[in-house]
Amino acid sequence: MAGRKSGTGKRERGTVGASTTNPRGNGAGSVGSRFPVPGSRSSVDRASASLTRGQKLDLYYWMRLTRSLEERLVALYRQTKVVGGLFRSLGQEADAVGSAYALERRDILSPLIRNLGSMLVKGATPLEILRQYMAKGDSPTRGRELNIHFGDTDRGFIGQISPLGDMVPVMAGVTMTFKMRKQDRVGLVYVGDGATSTGAFHEGINFAAVQRLPLVVIVENNGYAYSTPIGKQTAARQFVDKAIGYGIPGSQADGNDVLAVYDVTKEAVDRARSGGGVTLIELMTYRRKGHAEHDNQSYVPPGEIERWAAENDPLDRYLVVLRDELRATDDEIAAIDARVASEVDQATDEAEKSAPPEALDALVGIYADPPAERPLWFREGADRAVDVNERPEGWGTWPAPRTGSA
Amino acid sequence: MAEITYLEAIREALVEEMDRDENVFCMGEDIGAYGGAFKVTDGLLGRFGESRVIDTPISEIGIVGAAAGAGHMGMRPIVEMQFIDFIANAYDILTNYVATARYRAFLPCPMVVRGPSGGYVRGGPFHSQNPEAGFIHTPGLKVVYPATAEDAKGLMKAAIRDDDCVLFFEHKYLYRRIKGEMPAGDHVVPIGKARIAREGSDVSIITYAATVWKALEAAETLEKEDGVSVEVVDLRTLAPLDDEAIVATVRKTNRVLVLHEDTRTGGIAGEITSRINETCFEWLDAPVLRVTAHDIPLPYAPQLEDFVLPQTSDVVRAVRRLAAY
Repeated sequence: MAGRKSGTGKRERGTVGASTTNPRGNGAGSVGSRFPVPGSRSSVDRASASLTRGQKLDLYYWMRLTRSLEERLVALYRQTKVVGGLFRSLGQEADAVGSAYALERRDILSPLIRNLGSMLVKGATPLEILRQYMAKGDSPTRGRELNIHFGDTDRGFIGQISPLGDMVPVMAGVTMTFKMRKQDRVGLVYVGDGATSTGAFHEGINFAAVQRLPLVVIVENNGYAYSTPIGKQTAARQFVDKAIGYGIPGSQADGNDVLAVYDVTKEAVDRARSGGGVTLIELMTYRRKGHAEHDNQSYVPPGEIERWAAENDPLDRYLVVLRDELRATDDEIAAIDARVASEVDQATDEAEKSAPPEALDALVGIYADPPAERPLWFREGADRAVDVNERPEGWGTWPAPRTGSA
Repeated sequence: MAEITYLEAIREALVEEMDRDENVFCMGEDIGAYGGAFKVTDGLLGRFGESRVIDTPISEIGIVGAAAGAGHMGMRPIVEMQFIDFIANAYDILTNYVATARYRAFLPCPMVVRGPSGGYVRGGPFHSQNPEAGFIHTPGLKVVYPATAEDAKGLMKAAIRDDDCVLFFEHKYLYRRIKGEMPAGDHVVPIGKARIAREGSDVSIITYAATVWKALEAAETLEKEDGVSVEVVDLRTLAPLDDEAIVATVRKTNRVLVLHEDTRTGGIAGEITSRINETCFEWLDAPVLRVTAHDIPLPYAPQLEDFVLPQTSDVVRAVRRLAAY
């Protein structure tokens, strides 16, 4: 039985051996030890063991696409073509891609700012992402929202908002609908280490747990919430411990090992789909770039980022797996890289051609009814608001008396 | 047809809409087995079962957020705030998430957040509030606040059928004090349309909710004692405001009092006064006056609460001043 691992005190199969690691490490200094030790699960037990060779190469494609697309965005940002801030998921691609890959097409996820990879897996296109960052009129939100804040329920992802934790109760409602309608569908919501401190996170996961909703909650522990290390975020020994308080199973996995991420998510997704309710997953990863592109990461201890880049890059690690276990050839890898490069190039060319939004579109669609707001009188060319309305007969002296003498 | 109370009218609307549309369901604290703190949802659990009448944890963010998620997927949730005062706990998710969902993400949130509101009931600071102004200020939300039993039913039905989020304020002082005869058939009152509660020609009182009844009381007194003819406009909906009805009454009487139970500073009376100033200033024969609560958290003791909240005598005094201007 897979459930309630975090409550047993004895962790098995792919969950972290608490006695051998200190996942908190105050977010600094103990970079290597923040990783869970690989589980004792034999490779045939793993859900990922049934992935085809093609699917395993797919995982690499999605991770590579995530990274390359973000690298392109950096170039565009430096050319001031990205209108707002730029958020990177460098070093977290395995966490995003591996977890989203464990969902079926009909399932719905709600991404966070470092889940570009999850959205791509769910069908968001590089062209949409680029248009969105460049605030184009044909971007998925018609220039209303920034970066990767957009969604499409048909393709199975719902756009996040900036107040963190809010998507947990929203996804509780989405999955409550699945349950009410007896649909065979699962929801997945991502939060960071920081969002676990919010009331919305607590209320959402608690309600979902009580209702036994088919929801998977992934806490991406990347060490920092903006500049705040996890040691200042929680007194809990590890985030997965919070599952105990909600009476739900909790698992922890190496977020930089795409197959481990797939395994742990798939297990939770299967549990949710079979009526087993909510699972909390903590994925151990590391944010190698700042909160956004402007952030110089002055608060990070020297050498930490470099160590993660050298020793724990999710793409580098997966390439070893592909070469050693799948016998993937250099040509195969190079072909995927070339495909990604060409897709990103094409999307960039296309996105740059797009026009900005029409200003008047700003007033459309705040309500279903009325469908649009009217421009204010000073945008209508009227001199005064009263001119828009009728004036009493014979009243006043401006612009001129309407009748006879005076 | 027999008269029913304001509270029963709301319940009737919930039942009729849940019968009519299987996507409509209720969520809230103690609304199921207990029937709600004021018994608005009494009997619903037995009739519709616990999958459609859901008792929730004490989690205003959680249940409002869940309503939004369910709304995205085609459901029409009705969420009860046990007292509307607690809607403040859900302020973030209502204003940041729900109100913006259609605009920024093209996601519908067809949901109703309803709850007992208002004072005159010795409820103290946390069971008497009128927090409507904070939400009227947020584009993307609709706000209704009925004064009569007929409107309570008709507006609730409209709110449930609306494709956007409607905040439905129910005045708890009116719950069992007023009754009305429900029009036959599918009684729906459109959102955004004010109502003339009393025709008059000398002075207009623009108001809503419990103070509609204060205004009507004052109008009687003024008619008898002063021979002043007072028109009372019941706004019914606060967002969107019925500008046409406001302008029409200004043009008719040329003297306007805006009356509300909410506190003064930042209250909707300021917005209404400003709109009158901008659009029909030249129709006025006197400055627009306000009668509102004092800017004070609502105290418990009757002597204190009655002093802080607007009373009929205050309305009479204000109208006399306008009539004499």
